[in-house]
Amino acid sequence: MIEIKDLHKSYKMGSNSLHVLKGINFTAEDGELVAIMGSSGSGKSTLLNILGMLDEADSGEYTLDNVPIKNLSETKAAQYRNKFLGFIFQSFNLINYKSAMENVALPLYYQKVGRKERQEKALNYLERVGLKEWATHLPNELSGGQKQRVAIARAMAAEPKVLLADEPTGALDSKTSYEVMDLIQKINDEGNTILVVTHEEDIAHMCKRIVHLRDGVIVEDKKVKQVRAAEYVQ
Amino acid sequence: MFSRDTWKEIFDTIKKNKLRTFLSGFTVALGIFIVVILVGFTNGLQNTFDEFFNDDATNTFFLFPGRTSQPYKGYKSGRQIEFDNTDLADIKKNFPMFLEYITPRTTRSALVKYKGESNNYTNRAVGPAHQYCEKTIMMKGRYLNETDIKDKAKHIVIGRLVEKDLFKGENSIGEYVDMGGSAFKVIGVFQDDGGDNEERLIYLPYTTRQLIEKSTDKVGQIILAFKPQIGYAAAMTFETKLDKFLRDKKFIDPEDPNGLYIRNVADNYQQNQQFALVLGIISSVFALGTIIAGIIGISNIMVFVVKERTKELGIRKAMGATPASVIGTILMESIVITAFSGFVGMMIGVGLLSSLGEKLEDFFIKNPYINMGFAVFATLVLIVFGALAGYVPARRAAKIKPIVALRDE
Repeated sequence: MIEIKDLHKSYKMGSNSLHVLKGINFTAEDGELVAIMGSSGSGKSTLLNILGMLDEADSGEYTLDNVPIKNLSETKAAQYRNKFLGFIFQSFNLINYKSAMENVALPLYYQKVGRKERQEKALNYLERVGLKEWATHLPNELSGGQKQRVAIARAMAAEPKVLLADEPTGALDSKTSYEVMDLIQKINDEGNTILVVTHEEDIAHMCKRIVHLRDGVIVEDKKVKQVRAAEYVQ
Repeated sequence: MFSRDTWKEIFDTIKKNKLRTFLSGFTVALGIFIVVILVGFTNGLQNTFDEFFNDDATNTFFLFPGRTSQPYKGYKSGRQIEFDNTDLADIKKNFPMFLEYITPRTTRSALVKYKGESNNYTNRAVGPAHQYCEKTIMMKGRYLNETDIKDKAKHIVIGRLVEKDLFKGENSIGEYVDMGGSAFKVIGVFQDDGGDNEERLIYLPYTTRQLIEKSTDKVGQIILAFKPQIGYAAAMTFETKLDKFLRDKKFIDPEDPNGLYIRNVADNYQQNQQFALVLGIISSVFALGTIIAGIIGISNIMVFVVKERTKELGIRKAMGATPASVIGTILMESIVITAFSGFVGMMIGVGLLSSLGEKLEDFFIKNPYINMGFAVFATLVLIVFGALAGYVPARRAAKIKPIVALRDE
């Protein structure tokens, strides 16, 4: 599903250049649930942003679902993002003047799905994250966990190939974190490919595979026995 | 492009950002309002000036006799020049291709009495053509005619206020009044746009005046009009030729500034037109400045809007919004706000102008109005340039990498 070869990325900070990714090779199969771990500054978020076409690599190859991602125009990148990728952010990134349902329907709007169908689908996904009765509420009327669930519903709504989660539990307490991870695991059980960036060990062990990054290189890549979050959720 | 979704998007953002919407709307509405008022007032001023000069016909020459200041052909200086009936006839004979009409005007003042009432009034001894050059409007009865002139009839035409003063609302037509010791029959009452003084005048046949003054053939001034179709240049030629002709006839030195005066109303009219033009240019400059200020205001707000929405736009881009759709989102909103508030500003301005009417006449602004086409045009200009001004920040917003936008807090 995802294949990257010798990926390099550096940021210019004034006259200095900060080499963040120093040759990453990585493959993810269909249906995998991968945790990308590393301390802050290890380049994990940068990697995720490049995978999400939110940022561009300096060099290297990136293939997503057999489509080479290279030298995309802004418009093309936007279309690919819309078609291939769903994003879950640490700070949720919901549009604060739109209701939960409208937020979920947003990717569908850019897919030019009709209004009726869009609302139906959005409600459907909200139901799956257990927030159907909150559909008309604005984000600031929701708790952190609820917001993240809306964000997950939004990421799912476009039926993407890959879900990218950047510290999805970073702003949540443990209990809520496990609820969110439970949801992510269930989505993965249905066959969706999911990449989770985290620096929390327990969250990482709820995935099926852990990739360790340090100073811009992968130092460890191992399969783990998945801990089901449902065990912690009553 | 304008599907129901687009509209909903636009109205959602407008509803959720009331202050921003209000500020940009207010800027635009105020800009258009000022432009409309400015142009309206200029037109009002123009109306006032037109009226000033339209009271009297604009194709008119006034000839005044003077006292010579230079000796010429054996005549001493200091000689009083006088016009007489032969001058009228000679001008008619020599300039038929230029001349529309000609009339003498001899001005006197006399005590006028009717029953118990009396008052001093200025009277003008004139020919029938005088009605045209002063644009005298008959209210009742008739003006002087050729028969009155030929018969040296003791007929008078009185101003509206003369009738009001002397007759106290009674009908004056056919009544006899005493003017300077002779009885005159009132044959008409007139009104004049030139003001109260013009309506306190009395007109009588110039031949009658000459008869009263010991059968003289002198006249005071001569007023004549050229044919309007000959144009301004030919009118100037006519003036020069007429001047030369009269100086020859009356033995006045061609260089003498005092012997004879010709006042050419066309000249004044020309000046008035030039003044109006300058006024129009000044007001256009101000109107243009206001529109430019409005455009700058809109673009400032657009920069602010883009800044404020950077994160939202980043989210939208992450969700698959193309650059075109980001630009569209911002521009549509700006165009809708500009168009709506521009329209409101325009309507308020136009409404105010039409409600003013004559109320500002004391300030020389009469019936201010704005051509509806021009008002709409100004609004469109503001919308188009507002959109253009918004396009630059919108494009920049569309170019921001989503990751940068998302980091923006």
